[in-house]
Parts: sequence; C-alpha cells; structure tokens
Amino acid sequence: MQATAETSSFLTSAREASAQLPDPTGGPLAALRQRGFERFEALGFPTTRMEDWRSTSVAPLAQSSFVAAPRDTKLAPEDIAPHTYAGTCSLVFVDGVFSTELSSQPDVPEGVFAGTLQDALEQRPAEVMKHLGQYARLDEQAFVALGTSHLQDGFCFLIPKGVVVEQALHVLFVSATPGVAAYPRLLIVAGENSQATLVESYVALHEGEGFNGPISEFALDANAVVDHYKIQRENLSTFHIATQQVYQGRSSTLRSHSISIGGRLVRNDANGVLDAEGISCTLNGLYLVDGDQHVDNHMRVDHAKPNCYSHELYKGILDGGGRSVFNGLIHVHPDAQKTDAVQSNRNLLLSSNSLASSNPQLEIFADDVRCTHGSTIGQLDEDAIFYLRSRGIGDAAARSLLTYAFASDIIERIKIDSVREEMEEFLFHRLPHGEIVRQAV
Amino acid sequence: MSAILEIKDLCASVEGNEILKGISLTINPGEVHAIMGPNGSGKSTLAQVLAGREEYEITSGEVLYKTEDLTDMDPEERAREGIFLAFQYPVEIPGVSNTYFLKAALNAIRKHRGEKEIDAVDFLRLVREKMKLVHMDESLLRRPVNEGFSGGEKKRNEIFHMAVLEPTLGLLDETDSGLDIDALKVVAEGVNVLRQDDRSFVVITHYQRLLNYIVPDFVHVLVDGRIVRSGGKELALELEEKGYSWLEAEVGALATA
Ligand SMILES: Nc1ncnc2c1ncn2[C@@H]1O[C@H](COP(=O)(O)OP(=O)(O)OP(=O)(O)O)[C@@H](O)[C@H]1O
Ligand SMILES: [Mg+2]
Repeated sequence: MQATAETSSFLTSAREASAQLPDPTGGPLAALRQRGFERFEALGFPTTRMEDWRSTSVAPLAQSSFVAAPRDTKLAPEDIAPHTYAGTCSLVFVDGVFSTELSSQPDVPEGVFAGTLQDALEQRPAEVMKHLGQYARLDEQAFVALGTSHLQDGFCFLIPKGVVVEQALHVLFVSATPGVAAYPRLLIVAGENSQATLVESYVALHEGEGFNGPISEFALDANAVVDHYKIQRENLSTFHIATQQVYQGRSSTLRSHSISIGGRLVRNDANGVLDAEGISCTLNGLYLVDGDQHVDNHMRVDHAKPNCYSHELYKGILDGGGRSVFNGLIHVHPDAQKTDAVQSNRNLLLSSNSLASSNPQLEIFADDVRCTHGSTIGQLDEDAIFYLRSRGIGDAAARSLLTYAFASDIIERIKIDSVREEMEEFLFHRLPHGEIVRQAV
Repeated sequence: MSAILEIKDLCASVEGNEILKGISLTINPGEVHAIMGPNGSGKSTLAQVLAGREEYEITSGEVLYKTEDLTDMDPEERAREGIFLAFQYPVEIPGVSNTYFLKAALNAIRKHRGEKEIDAVDFLRLVREKMKLVHMDESLLRRPVNEGFSGGEKKRNEIFHMAVLEPTLGLLDETDSGLDIDALKVVAEGVNVLRQDDRSFVVITHYQRLLNYIVPDFVHVLVDGRIVRSGGKELALELEEKGYSWLEAEVGALATA
C-alpha cells in the first residue's frame, strides 16, 4: 500500500529523522534508518483490510500528530521513584531519551555492556551492527520500518559468552511530556551459556496523549537463558505499538512475560524464531482493559528445527467497554519434528460491553509433533461466587477474589519479588474490596 | 427457646419448574434432622435455598431463621448469621489459598458480630486444632481451595471449614457420599464434637450408615419436593430395608386420589 495523506506527519518525521540523526558508525546506521524510512513510505500504516490488523485500527494514531522528544526534560528522582523496582538497577529514559542523573550504574561483570545504544555504537560498533536490525522485519512491518527510521535512543545489553549477570536490569521509559512520540530501541545479545534478567517498563507522568513505538530484538546464543518482563502502563490516552523479535540458538531459554495495563490503543507483536534444536521459548502475558481501551497481542512462533518447546499463555481481564485481540500463530516447519508447542488464551469478561476476540492458530508441516492450542472467553464462575459467599465473603469481594485469582496465574510467575509484589498491589488497588482479596490470597 | 429454623409451606422453582412443593419443617436448637430421599427429590435444592442461592425462586411459603425472615438475606449475610452449607459438590477455586480464604471468611463473620479480626497466631492455633479434628493433611491448607482434592478430601475440607466457622445451623449435603468407612467416622466425629445445645444440623444423606455415627433426632423423607414422612432414627433403618418405592407409591396414590 502507498503512504496516504494520513501518514504524512509520521512520514515527515521519519524522513527528517532518517536524514538528520547522527551516525557514530559512519554509514551503516544511517543506511539502516534510510531503509526504515523507505519501507515505511512504501508500506504506509496498516489498515483493517490486512489480515494481521483486521481487528485493530490504527487510524486514530495515524491521524494524530506528535512531536519529537524535547531531549532536555528534567525530572527529579522522586518523580520516578514510584516506578522503580527494589533489587534492580534502573536505567531511566525520559520521553525516550536516556537520563544519566536518574539512572544507576549497573553492577555487571567485566565484558558486559549495559547502557545506551549510542554508547554501545560508539564503543562496540561492529558487535552492535552485527545484530541491530537483523531480526526485526522492517521490510514487512510498517511499525518496525517507522521505528527504524527514527533509530537513535535505546538500550543495549551485550552479555559475553559464559557470563551470568545476577543483578536484574530495569529499563524504565517515562513519558513526561504530552504529545511526544518515542521510538525506543532495545537490543539484547546473550552470548553462549550466559544469563540475564531484564525488566522493561513504560509509564507516563501525565494524562495526555503520547506514542511509544518500541522495537526490541533478542538474540540468544546457545544455552543462553534470558528472563524478560515487559510492563506497559502509560495512561488512558497513550498509543503503544511494540514489536519484540526473538532469535534463539541451540538449547537457549527465553522466558518472556508481558503485562499490558493500558493505553488507548496497545499492540504488541511478539515473534520468536526457534532456529536450532532444544530451544525453550515462553511468551506469556496478561492484559487488563477497561473503559474504551483496546489491547491487541499478536504472536508468531516459528519452529524451524526439531525438539523445541514453546509455551504461550495469555490471560485477559476485560471490563467496561474494553476490547482485546489475541492472535497467536505457531508455525511448525517440515524439519521441526518433536516440536512441543502449547498455546492458550483465556479471557474473563466482567462487563457485557467488553469484547474479546481470540484466534489461536497452528500451522503444522511436520508429522511428529505435540501441539495444542485453545482459547476461552467467559465470565466469572457463578458456582464459585456462591461458594465464597456461602462462607461469608461479600458478593463484590468474591468477584474481586476470583478476578485476582485469574490474574495471579500469570503474576505469580514473575520471579523478581519487587515486580511481582507491585503487580499484586496494583490489583489490590484496582479491584473492589482489594483489602479482602489481599487477605485471602 | 424459639426454633432455629422454621420452614412453612415452602415452594421453590428454577426456570419455571417447581422443585420444592410445600415443605414445612421446624428445627429447634440442638437438634439434628436427617433428610433422606431418592435422587432428584429436591434435597440439595432445599439446602441451597436455605443458603441463599439466587437461582432458585421462592414462589410461596416462609423461612424464618431465629424468628427472622431469611428469604431476603444475601448468602453472605446468612453465613455471617451462622448458616453453613457443606456442599454436595464443593467448588474448586484455583488461585485462592484454602487457609487464607478461610481466614477472610472467619473475619467477615467476626466483623459482622462486631468482633475484631483474628490475629495470625490465634488463627494458626485454631486451624491446627480443627485440622486434627478431621484428620486433614496439612498440605491441603496451603493448596488452592479444593483444587485437585480427592472426593474425600473435599468433603473433609467442608467439615474443616465448618469447624472453624462454628455455625449455628450446619447444612450437610451428602457429606458422606464417596467416603470409605474410616473417613466417614472422621467426618461424623467432626460433626459430633460440634453438637451442642444451641447448634443444629440438617444432614442430607442417602445412607442410614452415616446415621449410626451422627444419630439424628428426626428423619424426614423427601419425595418429589415434599416431605412424605417424618419419624425418629428408626425410620432410616426402615428405609434402608425397604427403599423408597413404598413411599413413592403412597405419594402416587395420594396424588391421584
Ligand atoms: N439449577 C437447576 N436447573 C434446573 N434444574 C434443576 C436445578 N437444580 C436442581 N434441578 C432439578 O431439581 C430436581 C431436584 O434436584 P436436587 O439436586 O435438589 O435433588 P437431590 O434430592 O439433591 O438429588 P441427589 O440425591 O441426586 O443429590 C432435579 O430434577 C434437578 O434436575
Ligand atoms: Mg443432592
């Protein structure tokens, strides 16, 4: 599709960014941005006529216009303190731009790089350019193309072979100024037999509009183990359209959990390519929508080689007039015998105005595999509510308790205590009679 | 002393089908009433109606609990006022811990009575004591409510909940079904220690066997939504011997007469 008038403000911004941003690599980065711009110009914004965007219209985003990050927004440590997690090292980005003052120095073993993409490009350009842009597919995906045209700020995590990074790193993206578009880029390269844990979170300090279009690339070499948590919770006016692209080597393990608490329009694309044997890939998620929020999770896992395991469990809680879309595809290539893939999407509708659409799919071209998928869309179990009430728990509290229990299935898998506890607290506050729920779980 | 429960000519229906067709029953403090009857006769419906299940519509009649009208009380209010239903089919509640749930329930009841919340140490002591009573494995405390419990474990857990919540009126819906004799004795013992002058029980069962251990003051036979016969504990023995068909025949004759 050609770019239309609708795309123009983004197109202008993409053109300017790709032509003007500095290039510490002396060429390759500028070329990548240029390709991003050209592909975005050619692709334009997706429309609901496209299969992958059938249930999610980005027209409201395309019609908005945003400005580039001011780059000099100053925040006090107490502004961001509520959004940091104890026991993790915070690297803070304000309106997409790294803030040295607000960030801590990661405590990482020698040889590990954990810092901004700019610094990584200056200090280790060859290593970064070997991976940057190699996995996310800008040729086909408009938002990857758009983000790539603006490629500048972001986080880079390079873990050499055999290194275990014990401290969990937290990259915190704070939206401080209304009306800003940010395109954070994340690159995580985990060398052979290395281990690391990353938390990626998005918050807003205002109630105005904003756009976050993060692109993350995860490259795991043989036996690497990466735990990843993404927490998206800007505000009710935010557009958040993210792509997570995962490339895994032999016997590596990725456990990724994505929690979407809201925005006006949220779309997460998570794609995993399992291109060697013995890989384990977990992509779990939880989404909560209310009011007129819309959250769309699209996943694709490609099993290219035999003996890999993939697991996807996405749970959604919908209230008010909230909408959700789940679309998961497991594609098993002819070579990928003994694939073990489980995919499930469960939706809890708390209101008759909410709407969940769920579409788990399997495409299997190998004959000796174990693949299951399933989806449910339902309400709270009235038998369970009556059981709880018959023991003295009030109706609203019983409903909250069951709703919490539904969500806790995902929350309790978060291994970082402070992150898990904060999510629990969030639910206790959000649910009616949270204090009873707190006591009863 | 006035009755704990007084049911007068109670009729209840679900989705337009009348299931309880005029039940009258008075339960005084300290009494144990057994209700027997064939499958589908309305025993569970009666128990659920008493516990406040909204699915069932009370079309006529009266239910007084400690002289107060029960019919417009919410299930949780009834529970806080001392009514406890041990379910025929206890519900599995994934994600909700058995102990913490019980603590929340106990505190809801205490709050209703104007008492302060039980502190953690006292609660633990109470739970330990009651657990012993029903010989329940400690691991079941930490697990989610009923989730993956065996049939027998679920029934014990119901009695365990009852023992902790100490109701005024305990409704036991087939708590003996599916239990082997040892488990049955344990459950019966759990009920018997709770028996006291100001606490009453309704025990729904298909088997006279349970009534050897929980000796009832009265036995009622429910057939097709009506109590067709009431008597002492010897009625249970008679039913064990003759089945229900003779009573059903009598009711049939009555209906066509
Ligand atoms: N929610 C409901 N919807 C429709 N029918 C119902 C409902 N609950 C009960 N019934 C019907 O009412 C009748 C009485 O059921 P109930 O469960 O009370 O019997 P019961 O005496 O407890 O039987 P059992 O000994 O098998 O437990 C049955 O015909 C049953 O199918
Ligand atoms: Mg029954």
